[in-house]
Amino acid sequence: MAEPRSVDESFLALPLSALTEAALTRAVDLGCEHADIRVERIRTQTIRLRDARVEAAADGEDLGLAVRVVHEGTWGFAAGVVLTAAEAVRLAEEAVVVAQVSAAVNTDRVELAPEPVYPDAEWVSAYEIDPFAVPEAEKTGLMVELSERLLAADGVEHVQSDVMAVKEQKWYADTAGTRTRQQRVRIHPTFTALTVDRSTGAFESMRTLAPPAGRGWEYLTGSTWNWGAELAEIPELLREKTKAPSVEPGRYDLVVDPSNLFLTIHESIGHATELDRALGYEAAYAGTSFATVEKLGSLQYGSPLMNVTGDRTAEHGLSTVGYDDEGVAGQQWDIVKDGVLVGYQIDRNMARLQGMGRSNGCAFADSAAHVPVQRMANVSLQPDPDGPSTEELIAGVDRGVYVVGDKSWSIDMQRYNFQFTGQRFYKIEGGKLAGQLKDVAYQATTTDFWGSMSRVGGPETYVLGGAFNCGKAQPGQVAPVSHGCPSALFENTTILNTVQEGGQ
Amino acid sequence: MSVMTAQQIVEAALAASTVDGQVVYVVDSSEANLRWASNSLTTNGAMRSRQVVVISFVDGGAGMAAGTVARTGTPDVAELVAASEQAARDAGPAEDAMPLIGDVPAGSGEWDAEPATTSIEVFREFAPALGQAFGAAGARDELLFGFAEHQMATTYVGTSTGLRLRHDQPTGRVELNGKSRDFARSVWAGVGTRDFSDVSIEALAAEVEQKLAWSQRRVDLPAGRYETLLPPSTVSDLLIYAYWTMEARDADEGRNVYAKTGGGNRIGERICALPLTLRSDPDEPGLECSPFQVVGGSSGMASVFDNGMATPAIDWISGGVLTNLIRPRAWALQQTAPATAALDNLVLEDPTSTVTTEEMIASTERGLLLTTLWYVREVDPQSLLLTGLTRDGVFLIEDGEVTGAVNNFRFNESPVSLLGRATQASRTERTLPREWNDFFTRAAMPMLRVPDFNMSSVSPAS
Repeated sequence: MAEPRSVDESFLALPLSALTEAALTRAVDLGCEHADIRVERIRTQTIRLRDARVEAAADGEDLGLAVRVVHEGTWGFAAGVVLTAAEAVRLAEEAVVVAQVSAAVNTDRVELAPEPVYPDAEWVSAYEIDPFAVPEAEKTGLMVELSERLLAADGVEHVQSDVMAVKEQKWYADTAGTRTRQQRVRIHPTFTALTVDRSTGAFESMRTLAPPAGRGWEYLTGSTWNWGAELAEIPELLREKTKAPSVEPGRYDLVVDPSNLFLTIHESIGHATELDRALGYEAAYAGTSFATVEKLGSLQYGSPLMNVTGDRTAEHGLSTVGYDDEGVAGQQWDIVKDGVLVGYQIDRNMARLQGMGRSNGCAFADSAAHVPVQRMANVSLQPDPDGPSTEELIAGVDRGVYVVGDKSWSIDMQRYNFQFTGQRFYKIEGGKLAGQLKDVAYQATTTDFWGSMSRVGGPETYVLGGAFNCGKAQPGQVAPVSHGCPSALFENTTILNTVQEGGQ
Repeated sequence: MSVMTAQQIVEAALAASTVDGQVVYVVDSSEANLRWASNSLTTNGAMRSRQVVVISFVDGGAGMAAGTVARTGTPDVAELVAASEQAARDAGPAEDAMPLIGDVPAGSGEWDAEPATTSIEVFREFAPALGQAFGAAGARDELLFGFAEHQMATTYVGTSTGLRLRHDQPTGRVELNGKSRDFARSVWAGVGTRDFSDVSIEALAAEVEQKLAWSQRRVDLPAGRYETLLPPSTVSDLLIYAYWTMEARDADEGRNVYAKTGGGNRIGERICALPLTLRSDPDEPGLECSPFQVVGGSSGMASVFDNGMATPAIDWISGGVLTNLIRPRAWALQQTAPATAALDNLVLEDPTSTVTTEEMIASTERGLLLTTLWYVREVDPQSLLLTGLTRDGVFLIEDGEVTGAVNNFRFNESPVSLLGRATQASRTERTLPREWNDFFTRAAMPMLRVPDFNMSSVSPAS
């Protein structure tokens, strides 16, 4: 077991208390009902390789501070990058000016749902090896070695690979007295093999399924993911894909692997149960939701086998925190219970506005430069405790398709109509896999799709997938989030042939 | 504590270099924004930032290597330089290595001047006008949603080869989304701007009001192929994706839509039915952008070795023929082809066209008029098949007039295929891409008429 970690001294050595005192005192003096300050340092490293040669090695650090106020019932927000008490005072003053200019367009008085005060809280995510403590040459060396192994395989013409590692450190303090300091680490390595047939102009690719994780460098060197085995099987899987028949469009029973289903959950459940979307705050940009507030407790989201939770607590989850960006402690709650919509993801202002009691802790800002908005918890489909294995799910299908790995995704602004592709699609005939298919996409409407879920895999099929790049809000913010799910069976789903869709 | 100027940081970093070359750039930026929903404010902000990026170049014997380190705020310059030099030593020789640029590109700004800035004051007059629009919309039982943002970014670039370049980039955008109170009808208007002096919230609100009125009559249509008028915003979102995919190396390696069957790329091939030109120009009026390259990390599209390279006006498509792809210097040398770089604006035009968008609508017997596209994603890189949704107004045109609003659709279409099938283009006008305006706001496009646009399925969303 790893030692319990603490937040890096180099972050705690920043003048956090002095900045807090300066900003919050000034905000209170200016008559703010509420004020909070965040100081964040985000280290990001990306190593990108093209054909096993380093194409770019970039190391970034974003360090800044932000003051958010509620002044006469209106939000104000200001952010900067100079960590001095004078700048903290200036930001408090500027946040009040922003609130004053904005008052001309504000009709909803901002109030925050109550939350216990945490006067001295520390939280650090679960990881073993800090990626930023590993020598660059060692990281680059491993990426080159793994990429070369893939590139050396027969039939692999090109290899695209990268690893992105992030360390996020955050100080939050507010006028109620909460003071939290947190640190979390995440990593996402990917390897993609590509083959080109010059005579026909055709090309195909195959990417690793290893999900991004709230883990350290041990994700690449330890036993969590078997990189050797996955990289060894990709060339043959790619070769099989290039020779696979083009799919016959129509309706099929789909067995969807967690490596693909996590993204369908993200788009069709995760975003649809964000309360800010349901209320219209994202209406001009990310969109709204069909799952509107008056349907809470009654909307039949899917089949009775469907149980979905939201959490900010899952170990190694990308949305997991100790406390959110409004000082609310991380929690877990039900979103869909026995197929019915029972919960949303909320923040403190919306909780108050909707009379929902306490916030469930979904406020997040992707850096000090941005204002916290309601962002996604880890939204996960629960396995059937006595459910089947993936093989047993496949064995129960007479004519179907087994979908593995995520690729392209698109869903409408109310989260009804979606279309996904994948890394590989297998034909199922008489309960058995009968080779890969190509040119496949599946298309459905959210409630129809989840309503057609007739079997849910058991706990042994459960995988925590996720993404680093969930986009929302204006100015745009990017958030990492995980989604756990088992394999599951969806009956009678529309499959498209993407070549025919292109009119060729 | 005295804060160094951007120019002082650049000089200090270059002075601290102990290796074979260095590029350093500092971006001083400021921004203000307002966001609103249901006729009321949701979020706002005023932000200032400084980013310092040092790229060091080290010849390790086997070739030149590069390492990039970026920090915000007031970093320790000596530490930053040392970290980037170590990163370069650890990276190994770069495939895109070239001598650093030493020629001064045309149009670089006044080095010694202070950075340009913006603040929340840019909305002093805009905010009350918006408040009035809220009142007027509310009186019609309509709701307004949207976002207004103004950014100023001043970039100072210095190189060990003696370049000292500066560029000021203002970027502004306003999006106004109008809905009926039950959210069943939804429409959009948007503009890009440099300084908000040319933004009329009244004009945007009037456009929204007209489109909501058009939406009073609802017509349900099934999936299928329709004659479709793609307004400039939708054309920009499709063409920007086609532009972002114009990597010469990928094409030469047979791995994008610009690859030629049998090997090589499609330069020289006629890909448009109309005599269309797709071009970028740093001096395009109203869409001015940086006349030189600033690159933090190499990719097939750009190289850190090309920092400071002039990016003059270029045609990507000329007279309907593919004429250029994006090609960093190293790949250009290998292919004996010209080095080119992506610019931050994009213009599509049919030089022979004189028709307006209104005239194209008036000359349509029966067809669909779109407003914007959304959630555009790549389905098949070989044909550049994209999927996405129509959003905020699909209008039915009958006998030259809008007669109602149709349900939304999911489309599956390739922009390259659309260029080959478009039968008419209007005069070009400035437009705001809906899907990509977080990243790309400087576009001018015509409306295109496509006889058989593929609406793959119905979306119940509004």
